[in-house]
Amino acid sequence: MSHRQGTIRFRVNGESRAIDVAPMKRLLDVLREDLRLTGTKEGCGEGECGSCSVRMNGELVNSCLVPVLQAEGADIQTVEGLSTCGALHPLQQAFLDCGGAQCGICTPGMLMAATQLLSINPHPSMAEIREGLAGNLCRCTGFKRIFDSVIAAAANDQPSTRRTTHAR
Amino acid sequence: MSTSARTRIVGASVPRKEGVDKLVGRARYIDDMEREGMWAGVTVRSTIPRGFIRSIGFDKRIDWSEFAIVTAADIPGANCIKLIFEDQPCLADGIVNHCDEAIVLLAHPDKHKLRAAVAAVQIEYELLPAVFTIEESERQETIVWGADNLLKNFLLEKGDVESVWAHAAHIVEGEYRTGAQEHLYIENNGMIAEWSETDGIAVWGSLQCPYYVHKSLLSIFDLPEDKVRVIQTETGGAFGGKEDYPSTLAAHAALLAMKSGHAVKMVYDRMEDLAATTKRHPSRTRHRTALDQDGRLLAMDIELATDGGAYATLSSTVLSRATLHSPGPYVCPNVRVRSHAWATNTVPYGAFRGFGAPQAIFAVERHMDEIAAAIGIDPIELRRRNFLHDGDTTATEQMMRDPVILDQLLDRALTESDYHAKRKRFARENARSAVKRGMGIAAFYHGSGFTGSGERYLNSLAGIDVTPEGKVRVLVANTEFGQGTNTILSQICAEAIGIDYDDVIMAPADTNIVPNSGPTVASRTSMVVGRLIERAGHQLVAMLREHAGLGEDFKSDDFLAACERYRSVHGEVVSLCRYEAPPNVFWDDQKYRGEAYPAFAWSVQVAQVAVDTVTYSAEVEDFWAVQEVGRVLNPVLAGGQIEGGIAQGIGYALYEKVVLQNGHMANNQMTNYIMPTAEDVPPIHVFFEEIPFQHGAFGAKGIGELPHDGPAPAILNAIRDATGVSFNAIPLLPEDLFAQLATEPVVAEAAAL
Repeated sequence: MSHRQGTIRFRVNGESRAIDVAPMKRLLDVLREDLRLTGTKEGCGEGECGSCSVRMNGELVNSCLVPVLQAEGADIQTVEGLSTCGALHPLQQAFLDCGGAQCGICTPGMLMAATQLLSINPHPSMAEIREGLAGNLCRCTGFKRIFDSVIAAAANDQPSTRRTTHAR
Repeated sequence: MSTSARTRIVGASVPRKEGVDKLVGRARYIDDMEREGMWAGVTVRSTIPRGFIRSIGFDKRIDWSEFAIVTAADIPGANCIKLIFEDQPCLADGIVNHCDEAIVLLAHPDKHKLRAAVAAVQIEYELLPAVFTIEESERQETIVWGADNLLKNFLLEKGDVESVWAHAAHIVEGEYRTGAQEHLYIENNGMIAEWSETDGIAVWGSLQCPYYVHKSLLSIFDLPEDKVRVIQTETGGAFGGKEDYPSTLAAHAALLAMKSGHAVKMVYDRMEDLAATTKRHPSRTRHRTALDQDGRLLAMDIELATDGGAYATLSSTVLSRATLHSPGPYVCPNVRVRSHAWATNTVPYGAFRGFGAPQAIFAVERHMDEIAAAIGIDPIELRRRNFLHDGDTTATEQMMRDPVILDQLLDRALTESDYHAKRKRFARENARSAVKRGMGIAAFYHGSGFTGSGERYLNSLAGIDVTPEGKVRVLVANTEFGQGTNTILSQICAEAIGIDYDDVIMAPADTNIVPNSGPTVASRTSMVVGRLIERAGHQLVAMLREHAGLGEDFKSDDFLAACERYRSVHGEVVSLCRYEAPPNVFWDDQKYRGEAYPAFAWSVQVAQVAVDTVTYSAEVEDFWAVQEVGRVLNPVLAGGQIEGGIAQGIGYALYEKVVLQNGHMANNQMTNYIMPTAEDVPPIHVFFEEIPFQHGAFGAKGIGELPHDGPAPAILNAIRDATGVSFNAIPLLPEDLFAQLATEPVVAEAAAL
């Protein structure tokens, strides 16, 4: 990197961090390499697949497209910040119950997109779920069980009571 | 018989074994791993499709002393990726046969220095003529592989097709084509390798088949078996795409580790992964079919050709499965299949979910609708009249000894989809609308496990051990890459022993720890390897009853106490089982006849498609899949397999196009290689009929590949139903629809019959 190092300060999963880093380094690499938060994944490096999705100041961003200088002072949430005190987040539990994760590589980004969706729209319609997750590619599931997971988390119901939730 | 016994854990949707790790971001994929003093490695690739390498130069503006540099000359053993044939070099030596072929490897402590270094390696070539299509290759004017460009051919013959043509009531011909398809696993290929004089090689990576990598490294490095160790890391999707390629990447990383004296990580970015690694074989299939006046099949003459790419890799076995699936699930007294895999100067095509079957089934199931139209019979009725039933024989003279319930699957698919009422309604509505809707079906089987004598040759070994810490471990080389291996095999283990699901863990997929239970391919893990685990569990319980006083009724604690009693006398607690072929399974490789597969999974799929005749887009609005896959071991995982396979099949039909220029993938980005998103995949309705297979684990047959076989023909049949126009090639993009619909006007009442 040709740019001089500088100190960037932001909060990650509620914790204040200050790191010396090249300002144009991708937020994705800062999270994975400098902070060793490897839950956030790289799938394409061009903002198409959404595997690197994190929440920044209440917005969903592709961290592969964010130079870290843009994160100065930001509040960032990654998949590692979802579960608290060892308990799974309701979305994580729903993904586990409904089969929303298969190979798991898109899962952290998908969870962040779903968290973002439910934070602005706690009871989304199927069309809103489809739109909210359209920037996150999953090659394993065909998405149906991911939709089921989001609906289950939104309803906070029991696994046995939800089926055929895929109609749009 | 275990298949009819009541079960506690098998058949239940227990949570995915490694699910929590994946959900909290703790699962460790290859790019999440670091090793002490690790360097980064990169590949310098051919920019031409075929030619001699005249020189390799290194730009003096780079300080090459900082780099490890590897060429073919550094390979200690044989310069070939050992698989079926031995024609593919690990690194090109003197000649390249496709764009993106690896020639030079570089490693450096700072990964940011590698991009400039790759650009500073100057390779001079002398161009040779190249071929890029099946047609160019089969003309044999330019020979690019062996003596004749022919990677493999098969002849499958039953009866005598030539005796039929003269007296047949109908003869229908058709030609069908399928394109390449990229796996697009979201985790790219990656490996870390270490090398030492005393311990040899250790590689960690994203892969399906640890013992394939192991076998290949032994010969490339000329090392004994105990000096090569292969460990699978969490793998972010594979779909066949990490069956053979990891052997190449592991060798590259290990060569750099040896040369540099450091651990070396090689992780491809998306563009490199798309350009350099395998894809599904493109195909061309020609059908000539004779029928009697009632629409019963008299003869099927099939010519099937695949493009195998520059080296043989898995093309012979892909062609074999394509050949065996090409006549579809029908009875026909006279069948001839002539199949050929041709070499071209592109990246070798490889394994992809379905392994030749989706290509073959696209052709035959599209052709059935063309036959129906040509002879004036309903496509459903045509299929019904010709379905295989119990006691019938396939084209290889394999008798259907187990129940075949195609009629039942079809009835349920028609009912669930409301097929007949919808066709009537669409025929009425289409006349007044620019959006034309149609319904299409596909019926098919998928052979479970290796083809023919394959499972006998594999001779897999798998088992269970109990650690001194009281953990019951499943010992297999079969890998988890999303499909549920960990969960299913743990369920089978717990059920067979009679302990809890949570008592069971998976031993690491590490060739130093687990036996060779064969590759994780061919929809074989649940049925074949699961059966070994079921037997090993029963064997372990019997052993503990005989030697360690285990009682008839026991809880997990009693079982573990018995294990400790056994350990104190006999040492380790381990139970291994080797593959035993089901009786009556005999395959004649020479005559290409006999029991092609120990079991078949069956499916009928229905697609509802809307074609917009203004925008020329085709959208799958709804999808139904009814299948018989033996016993369903975990309904949530099984449903996930079917839905995921169908989504890939929809992509194969309507979205995913590999654009080649000089044999190089020109659209090697997710921006312009398009897969279905959350907004593109329709509702998918999945139904299982269960008939336990007595030789599979707790009645299981194969499931993983089956769902990918049907969507493409079902969708294109639905488009024909909607528009009255036949489309015989995939992918079918809007521009393809435009090209044909603009010249061939849509038949207003196509769907009316």
